[in-house]
Amino acid sequence: MGMINKSRIKSPWLLHYDGSSCNGCDIEVLACLTPVYDVERFGIINTGNPKHADILLITGGVNRRAARVVRNLYEQMPHPKVVVAVGACACSGGIFHDCYNMLGGIEKVIPVDVYVPGCAARPESIIDGVVQALNVLESKTGKEAAV
Amino acid sequence: MKEFIIALLVIIIAPLLGGLLSGLDRVISARMQSRVGPPLMQPFYDLLKLLGKEPLAANRRQVTWALAYLFLIAASLVLFCLGGDLLIIVFTMAFAAVCFILGGFSAKSPYSHIGSQRELLQMLAYEPVLILLAVGLHLQNGSFMVGELFHQTRPLLASLPLVFIALLIILTIKMRKSPFDLSTSHHGHQELVKGITTEYSGPFLALIEITHWYELVLVLGLVAMFWTSPLWAGLVLAFMAFFLELVIDNICARLTWDFMLKFTWSIGLALCLINLGWILARGRGVM
Repeated sequence: MGMINKSRIKSPWLLHYDGSSCNGCDIEVLACLTPVYDVERFGIINTGNPKHADILLITGGVNRRAARVVRNLYEQMPHPKVVVAVGACACSGGIFHDCYNMLGGIEKVIPVDVYVPGCAARPESIIDGVVQALNVLESKTGKEAAV
Repeated sequence: MKEFIIALLVIIIAPLLGGLLSGLDRVISARMQSRVGPPLMQPFYDLLKLLGKEPLAANRRQVTWALAYLFLIAASLVLFCLGGDLLIIVFTMAFAAVCFILGGFSAKSPYSHIGSQRELLQMLAYEPVLILLAVGLHLQNGSFMVGELFHQTRPLLASLPLVFIALLIILTIKMRKSPFDLSTSHHGHQELVKGITTEYSGPFLALIEITHWYELVLVLGLVAMFWTSPLWAGLVLAFMAFFLELVIDNICARLTWDFMLKFTWSIGLALCLINLGWILARGRGVM
């Protein structure tokens, strides 16, 4: 089990979903993949497929239409999985919080493990958020093993 | 008994070698894009992680086909390393690819269906060249047996240079590299999500991953076959071909299946046929 746990931390595959973001955070997420930040150093791959992903990275708040999609994506991911909310909107709804169609932050729909603040969140803080998510991933698998 | 030990060694060592090669692939590709890239052992971390994930299969058929794909590719690699019949090896590989395609078709997902259809087109593109490679081997040695090559002093490359070039084109398709990474790709998300492997997850994706490693070793083995005396020259040749594929992967955009089919059926087949015709016309090498 030790080997597998170690490997989990070294190979987090991301699924990036845009709830109802202004695209600011999305561009910062994609910037993480460029040679300047190069998240593949940590074994991170942007998969685009919930069935292959370990970390669900959501930018933007959730509106009524996106809620169903977010829930669906989360349910399609096999355990163990963690959710990272990137940016002010994903954390709390941000400047859109009192729009008529907004439900608020991602936590209104699915459980969030790590909140990354910022408008837009900087690539450095996104990478930091993902690395913290890895610790959560480790503790989650530890709990599962204990049960 | 000796054959049994060789088969066992191949089954154990080939995935390790394939995994290392794909790790090297990712590091070299990253350096070509002026990135640092993942550690060399990254494919093994990925594999172990996938094995530890929750087993979620779309249905049982999908898993059966994935297992068949794994066993058939491993079987063809064992046959190859035992110096078996190249024609049988090519047919076993084709059967394995069909299993992979049926696995893609067995889940109700448009992405994996399109991926499977493209994999079929890829088979249509590379299969004739592989068969002509076996024919060329027979014309040269009077036998389809790969083991027979070790009794020859003249490398196969000297008599089948054009078939070798055609094989390099096929290698791009088999290694799933740009411009022909149509059915599924190593790189990020695309219009197909992950193509034929979209519906596989966790341990089942790990099966596919291991099979790809076996397949990588097998196709590089086909390249190494062109220079068997001494064998290290063949291994150097295979590594050079591997590196060439990485360069091509990094300088090419993905192209359409239409182009792939036209390219392999015109240039690929023409290269093979000219080469075989030349051997026949020369009248030598035929037993």
